[in-house]
Amino acid sequence: MVPLSYYVTLSAIVFITGVVGVLIRRNIIIILLSVELMLNATNINFVAYSYYFQNIAGQVFVFFALTVAAAEVAVGLAIIIALYRSRSSINVDEFQLLKW
Amino acid sequence: MGLFFFYYLAGVIILTALLVVALRNPIYSVLSLLIMFFHVAGLYVTLHAEFLAAVQVIVYAGAILVLYLFVVMLLNVKREDRYHPQLPIGAFMGLVIVTEVLLLAFQRRESDLPAMPPPGSVAQVVGNTETIGDVLYTTYLFPFEVASLILLVAMIGAIVLAKRDLFEKQA
Repeated sequence: MVPLSYYVTLSAIVFITGVVGVLIRRNIIIILLSVELMLNATNINFVAYSYYFQNIAGQVFVFFALTVAAAEVAVGLAIIIALYRSRSSINVDEFQLLKW
Repeated sequence: MGLFFFYYLAGVIILTALLVVALRNPIYSVLSLLIMFFHVAGLYVTLHAEFLAAVQVIVYAGAILVLYLFVVMLLNVKREDRYHPQLPIGAFMGLVIVTEVLLLAFQRRESDLPAMPPPGSVAQVVGNTETIGDVLYTTYLFPFEVASLILLVAMIGAIVLAKRDLFEKQA
């Protein structure tokens, strides 16, 4: 069978891909997609450990993480639409209102 | 055989995750994320979490990504989107963290690693929709209600944020 560390490594690689995506991209939509990558990486971890410990709680937490992801997407995309209306752009460099 | 499936699924997941970050056209990024979600669902099936695999396909691939595609096509963004000037720093930090994680993951010998339990013994307990529902509605009843409240708040928030002249009438 597949050892547990393989799943953890896969999850780590996907998570770090998401972190790098948040850091290097300037399109807000891609940044939100990278956040989705990170959430999925944690979900992989949860399910792998749930299988390993034979404990169903990990899968229940994936369920909650999914709820939070759906809420985050709904609010995030609404914010993107509002931003695009005010600036006609979704480039994060254009939004520097809080930066001095 | 299980290892072969894992390598296939993991390879496709990593490749599509990299493509999500690397591709310039947002539509291609969303589509490669779709492929990734399907393979993550396959990974859940190999881990005997069939209910979560179904939920992953329905909610993530069916609802969330459709929302993303809708917004991408609604905004009609231009394709030129250069990388952030922080790219070298971000890539360096990511490399450092990757190295650290890989070192930690392979610190132990292969023989010391806990082996995964055989599939037959767990299939009846874990991954059963009935078991998940049982735990969700008894032990995790309060978090479940909080999750429903979060969804309600997100729904109201999205409507308020995206509605064009909600505050202009009052002003």
